[in-house]
This record gives sequence, structure tokens and C-alpha cells, in this order.
Amino acid sequence: MTDMLQEQPGVGIGARLCRAWHSPALGIASRVIAAIVGGFALANLGAILLAVLLPMARGEAVVTGVLASFAIYTAAVIWVFAARSAVRAWLGILGAAAICALVTWLLIGALQ
Amino acid sequence: MKEGFRQSMAWLHTWAGLILGWVLFFMFVTGTAGYFDTEIDRWMQPELPVAQHDTPAVDVAAMGVSLLREEAPGAARWVIAMPIDRNDPYPRRFWQGADTESGAIAANGNERFDASSGEPFSARATGGGQHLYRMHWRLHYLPRSLSDWLIGLATMFMLVAITSGIIIHKKIFKDFFTFRPGKGQRSWLDAHNVLSVLALPFHVMITYSGLIFMAFAYMPLVIAATYGTGPEARQTMIQEVFSLPVVERSGEPASLTALGPLIDTAEERWGPGVLRHVDIHHPGDRNAYIILRASHAQGPVRSGEELHFDGVSGELIDTIPAITSAPNAAWTVLLGLHEGLFAGPVLRWLYFLSGILGTGMVGTGLVLWTVKRRQQAERRASGSHRGLVLVERLNPGMVAGLLTAVAAYFWANRLLPVEFAQREAWEVHSMFLTWFMLLILSVARPPARSWPEQFALAAVAFALLPVLNLFTSDRHLGRSLPAGDWPLAGFDLTVLGLGLVCAWVSYRLVVRQRSKLKHRRNVTTPTPGRASGAESSS
Repeated sequence: MTDMLQEQPGVGIGARLCRAWHSPALGIASRVIAAIVGGFALANLGAILLAVLLPMARGEAVVTGVLASFAIYTAAVIWVFAARSAVRAWLGILGAAAICALVTWLLIGALQ
Repeated sequence: MKEGFRQSMAWLHTWAGLILGWVLFFMFVTGTAGYFDTEIDRWMQPELPVAQHDTPAVDVAAMGVSLLREEAPGAARWVIAMPIDRNDPYPRRFWQGADTESGAIAANGNERFDASSGEPFSARATGGGQHLYRMHWRLHYLPRSLSDWLIGLATMFMLVAITSGIIIHKKIFKDFFTFRPGKGQRSWLDAHNVLSVLALPFHVMITYSGLIFMAFAYMPLVIAATYGTGPEARQTMIQEVFSLPVVERSGEPASLTALGPLIDTAEERWGPGVLRHVDIHHPGDRNAYIILRASHAQGPVRSGEELHFDGVSGELIDTIPAITSAPNAAWTVLLGLHEGLFAGPVLRWLYFLSGILGTGMVGTGLVLWTVKRRQQAERRASGSHRGLVLVERLNPGMVAGLLTAVAAYFWANRLLPVEFAQREAWEVHSMFLTWFMLLILSVARPPARSWPEQFALAAVAFALLPVLNLFTSDRHLGRSLPAGDWPLAGFDLTVLGLGLVCAWVSYRLVVRQRSKLKHRRNVTTPTPGRASGAESSS
């Protein structure tokens, strides 16, 4: 694929897609989405995890989770733009989100 | 890798800062004005008497209840707010859910009243300082659903900009003492750094706490996951989190207990001048419930102790402490620090100055963005970028133009006829029309001219406000200063000071422009490319 690109730059849809895939603009767009949308989801999931995990009254734990959520969001955004590639940024966000969701799910199951 | 991390943060900082920089600038300017909201209220209604802090709470409550009996029978709730500090200069009553069929003048209402006569004050209609301060989160013309999310996004960007700004700033203390004037981009960067670091704790606090005000709306999944969805779940959450009592109306009439003994109990416990609210739920009903609330401005904790009474027998049912748990304390302290209601004169001025530093931080950041790109564009010598030119030309109107627009808000307050029915709305329209016209002017002029012109306009608009006050009220400096009427005198002196600062900025810009022109005439050879690389990563 890369060989073909070097031989005939800009020819064919495949090559163009391939070039677009590696273009910095797409990487940035992808990171922006990962930061805003992914970070938002992670902040919510992190707050829920804290709300379920913390050994306090429900109302207090929810407040703690929500208080922390913006710090989680900020950390997520920093991570997304610090990661070496957009793919790694996404993997980090999705991985963290999956862990939060899984632990929350297990905890809720254990509590019931 | 470490260098790469800081570089990626520099990129993030630049873009996170710029995209919502103009919104943030607006939020900083109007929010900073909000630290003097009630003082601005007073200036915008010079007919009002001086604050009525010395009236005994028992008398205010009695007056309030007799007014509410007439105006709001059958209400779900009556509240009488005491004029205990600068946040509330006059007594106020408000009510919810009154019955208009049984004679209430409106279902809901909110009115100030004179502590001695009970009469409403006759003063010009105005949005006052409250309207100006509310703009920093309501953005005025936008629907609530849009403004909430826009300011949430802007604030989140700000938080990211601050965090990444701290990360890219490896020599935070050394840079703090570094200011190299007259060196173009370098000077702007130094100014930006000094302004940011000087009030860094304030910037971090104001940003994070700003998000907390609407945190439950911004993080909706948390409530959904822990309490479920629907209004009932929300109700449960509010009760658990904010410990509010739920009292239902019985439908059986019963006369309200006398408030005097209840207020005595509260004042014995708290001392005089601390009782803030007399909050009566279901007045006139068998289940009437009275909450006496202590001031929420005694310290950064933005809540006060509550005494709960049976509204018919007058028996003390419950005492709710100001702080119910550690998370609850963190929450209310953040809100309290943001609003600064507890701040006395010195701390209030520090708040105001921190707000000005924040305004300067965003303003210099906006300028820095264009200065940096201008240098890059000139180095490439490929002509300037269209977006850059637009931002360069909009910035003077966005930054200095907004200051003039705020002054225009005050001018409109005095120049619109008192009998003009929509003067309240037109005060605000005047502000935004001024801003809009100054933006057009700004785009039409070259930035080098536009900056000093716009600041000169702001200087005149602010510095002449005391003169306007002299001609349009009898509460000018000649009267307010000897009388020690500080809210009014303070306003006049502050706007005069702001005018002088704007004049100084304008003068400096003109001087710099002249020396630059001279320099260019002397140096006929084109300037060589300046040192690069090291400069671009601060």
C-alpha cells in the first residue's frame, strides 16, 4: 500500500483515502472529538464510578463524583493531546471508560 | 518525549484559548463588574436612599408579612429577606404559587420595600448591576438552553487552557519576575504570563467553581445512574443532596404563628444582623412550616444554619447545620468563593482586581495569538492569512470596544427618559449596539490605529461618567463624598480610574506606534528574520 502510494501519488480513491487517513488535519479532528465527546463520556462514567464506589451516603458520594468530574474531563483532554497518535489517544479514553463502566457494573451487581 | 509533551500542550493552549477567547473575555468583563453589583445597582437608581441595614429584623419581618397577606394570599411560599449586608441593601419579599383568584396580585413576585414605610421605592426602571453581572453566564440574548452549554464549554476550555498553560510554563516563578517591554511578541508573552500567574489561584478557583454551579446539568448521567430518571428521581436527589424539607399543604386553614418569638430564638443563637431569610412554606395552612436561615455570607461557606419551626405552634422542629458533610462543604465553599458574597471591602477589591487580571490575561492572550502569527506570516513573506487579518481587526473592537459598551450601558441608564417604558431593555440594547458599531469601526480601521482609538473611546466613555452623574442626579461626587456614601462615590471614582487606565493604555500605544514608525524610517533595509524556535515554545 505504501509502495503504491510512493509510485503513484494521489492516484485512485484508495490512495487518496490512505493519504487523508494520515493527514494531520484528520488526526487533529479525531483528537478534538476524542477530547470533547470522549472526555465528556469518561468524566460522566468516572463520576458515576465514584458515586457508586465511595463509602458514603448516596447524596454525598454523588456530590463528590460530580465535583471530581471536571478534573477527570481536564485530565482526559490533556491525555488526548499529549498521546503520540490519535489512535493511542482514543485507545486511552475508551480503555479508561470501559474500566469505569465495568467496575461500576460489577459494584452495582455486588450491591444488589 | 518531555519536550514533545510540552509542545503538544502549547498547541492545545493556543487553540483552546483562542476559540472561546472572545466568549471568555465577555464573561470576565461582565463577571468582574458583578463583584460590585449592588454598588452599580445603587448608581443606576440614584433616587434610592442609603442602605437600610439598621432596621430590626422583627420589624422587617412584620412589615413583610403584612404586605404579603395583602398581595399573595394562598401562596405556597413567602420569603422575607433582611437587609443585613451589602448584598441586600433593602428589605425584600418574594412569593411563589399565590392564588390570583383569591386576590393575589400575581402568582409569583419579588419586590423591595422601604423598611420604615413598607412602600415600594420609586426609582427609575433599570436592569442595574444585577443585569450586567447576570450577563456573564446568561449571555443575555441567547436562550437558556444554549447559553448554559456555551458557557459550560467556554469554561471547560478555560480550565484546559489554564492546565496546559501551567504545564508549558516550565519556569513559572522565574517568568513571573520577567517582563521585557518593547519587544513585540516577547513583551506580550511576558505580560500574559505575569497576568496569568499573579492571580493563578483565582483563575483556577473561578473556573472550576463556575462549572460547579451547573454541575448536575453538565453531568446528567451521574444522576440518571444513581437515582434514575424522571422528576421523582430528581426530587429525591435534591432532598438528599441539599437536605430540603418536603411539606405538603393540608388544605385545612390555621393561623400563622407570631414571628417575633421565632426571630428572638434565632437572634439569641446567632446574634443580631445574621438572620437572612424568613422562609414561610404554606402560610395560613395547618401544615405551615417556617425556616429561619442564617446569612450565607459569613464566610466562604455559601450556606447558613437553618432553624425549622412548625408554622402554627411555633415549635422548633429541627436545626440544620450550615455544613452537612465534607463533600457538601467542598461544594458550597466553591460556590461561595466564586460569588465572594462574604468579602468585605478589602477582599472585594482584591476580587475585582483579580477579575481585571483575568480580563487582562484573556485580552493579552488574544493579542498574543495574532502577534505570533503576524511574525510567522512576515517571516514567510507570503502575504498575510485572511483569518489572521480578520482576528487582528476584530480584536480591538472585541476587547476595548466591550469596555466602551459597558460604559454605554451606564450612559443609557442616565440618558434614556425615565418614563420610557422599555428603558430596562434598551439599556442592554444600547450596550450591545455600541459594541456592534465599535466592531464595525474596528474592522474598517487598520489595527495599529484601531487599538489606540478604541482605548481612547473607552477612556472618554468611562472618565466622563462622573460628569454625567453630576448633570443627571443630585448624588454626584460633591454630595456623595462628604456624606460618606461609598457605594455611589466608589462607583464614580472607580469609573474615573478605569477611564484613566484606558487613556494611559491608549497613550502608550500611540507612543509605541510613533517610535516604530521612526525606527522603520531609519532602517531602510528589510528586517532580517528574528530568532525563531526558542520563542515559539514559551
